[in-house]
Amino acid sequence: MPPVSTPAPPSAPPSAPPSAPPSAPPSAPPSAPPSAPRPLPASPARRPGVPPAGGGLHRFANPGRFLRLTDRVLPWLWGAALLVLGAGAAWALLFSPPDWQQGETVRIMYVHVPMAWLAMGGYLGLAIASLMSLIWRHPLADLAARELSPVGAMVTALCLATGSLWGRPMWGTWWAWDARMTSVLVLFFLWMGHAALVRAFDEEERGARAGAILALIGAVNLPVIKWSVDWFNTLHQSASVTRAAAPGMHVDILYPLMVCALGFGLAFAALVLARTRAAVMERRVRQLQLAQARRHDGGAAEK
Amino acid sequence: MTQHWWHVAISWGLAALGFGGMAILAAWRHAAAKRDLARLDPRERRRA
Repeated sequence: MPPVSTPAPPSAPPSAPPSAPPSAPPSAPPSAPPSAPRPLPASPARRPGVPPAGGGLHRFANPGRFLRLTDRVLPWLWGAALLVLGAGAAWALLFSPPDWQQGETVRIMYVHVPMAWLAMGGYLGLAIASLMSLIWRHPLADLAARELSPVGAMVTALCLATGSLWGRPMWGTWWAWDARMTSVLVLFFLWMGHAALVRAFDEEERGARAGAILALIGAVNLPVIKWSVDWFNTLHQSASVTRAAAPGMHVDILYPLMVCALGFGLAFAALVLARTRAAVMERRVRQLQLAQARRHDGGAAEK
Repeated sequence: MTQHWWHVAISWGLAALGFGGMAILAAWRHAAAKRDLARLDPRERRRA
């Protein structure tokens, strides 16, 4: 039975003991010359299943372990997302009051604001995954970033669309080249660019590296989005929730907003985890197909 | 239905479409990969 071909974690210490000093004949016991540095003690034999020293996130580089973990976590994550989102939607659409100025359109806020937070928070996650990919060559970080960007592009598009649907009745326009809206539009193009770039290479690893560099460069846009409403004279109002003093919102509107944000956040996490899980399985299928093809070629050559 | 409620309904509808569509796509990819793994991986075949 072929063992599961698990890629050894890149930073795992070499298991072979350091080579004996060249001068010592193989059969004679190695007499270390006094000046020679003491050879490093051979790494202790690792008990099977025990992650190498400094396992940390590298434990999840093992596809089998990642699949077993997500198999247990995902049903709970989907369940929690549907539960919280169901409660949040009912609270936002039915039980929360209309705004004294904006009337019923304030109910768009319960979608628009969470999408904006996920668009920016998700991109921060993409930048962190890209950092892990470039520095530690973590194979799962590549896959997670690859599967995250289409979801990030979707929530950013929803943020722009719901903002436009809210702006039309409130501002009288679907769109304005306002600093906040324009920088979020740039964020959308960054998400789309990353999703396309990582898939543009025949060699997955090269695509992942190019995408990681783009993601890190694009992260400069996040503070621009956040503080655009303070730096520029914008049509879009400044922060209402994440303010230094206190949220400038009545609790009857603030609490359903928090529940909706939690619900959409859980759904976002479940979606990215489910896509990454599918990608790990698809990579495994490609490996098996390759091995099968090699065996088939080997058999044909012998005939 | 007033114009305000139309805009609210479309906003929430787009969110449901986006998240729902991607969830269905992820589930479909997962099922297809599981089927291929069962066919290709002897370990999976014995476990199934």
